[in-house]
Amino acid sequence: MTTTTLAGAEVALDDEGFFCDPHQWSEAMAAEIAAGEGITSLTERHWQVITFMRHEYEEKGAAPNVRALSKASGVPIKELYQLFPKGPAKLAAKIAGVPKPHGCI
Amino acid sequence: MSDAIEKVSIIVSKGSLEGVYPGLIMANGARAEGMEANLFFTFFGLDAIHRGRHEHIKVATVGNPGLHFATMLGGLPGMSAVMTHFMDRKMAQLDIPPIPEFIEMIADSGAGLYACKASVDLFGLDRDDFIPQVKDVITVGEFYGLAAGGQIIFT
Repeated sequence: MTTTTLAGAEVALDDEGFFCDPHQWSEAMAAEIAAGEGITSLTERHWQVITFMRHEYEEKGAAPNVRALSKASGVPIKELYQLFPKGPAKLAAKIAGVPKPHGCI
Repeated sequence: MSDAIEKVSIIVSKGSLEGVYPGLIMANGARAEGMEANLFFTFFGLDAIHRGRHEHIKVATVGNPGLHFATMLGGLPGMSAVMTHFMDRKMAQLDIPPIPEFIEMIADSGAGLYACKASVDLFGLDRDDFIPQVKDVITVGEFYGLAAGGQIIFT
């Protein structure tokens, strides 16, 4: 576990860089986290997915896997991988400040 | 993580439901983790990418000790269809997609799909027999070239 500063606030991250406490997240941090993952700008479409990810976590207590994310957010798989090249569910969860999704599909 | 896996190339050599799914789950899982992935279909695995057959992949009910099903029962007409239907329903409940949809999803995620040239020749097939997502029909040597620098998983 490490403590870093994002958008001027201190946050605790686990070994893979996911938020230990999702409540520490704020929208202003998203761009910084995304840049660290190689996504230089967050478009409206990116935000649609990030907001959705956050919402799903808050509703269900867990972030969805890629297939569930695609079905429920309406963003097709192909586009998800274009927006978040290195694993959409994983990346979107990281940027949204929620724990890594678990699941095999 | 310096020893994280960057690329996997997965061989699918079986044509049964339980023989095809593990490779697909490995490939999909790899893409979800940001790894590069390739799927190489050979022998009966070609059925999974064959237009006419990919919707009819069945569970093996004979000679399949893992199923815990009496061989004499397993050989009865219709048994495989019943078992397959049962498995399909259970997987739908868990939101595991059926094979054709799963393969399309894996292709959409950016994985490479390939057919084995030797098997294609053996079964008298050609490129048009396969789903459009198949990138190419390649030889084993070409497969090794694609797989270079990554892990190879045989299923």
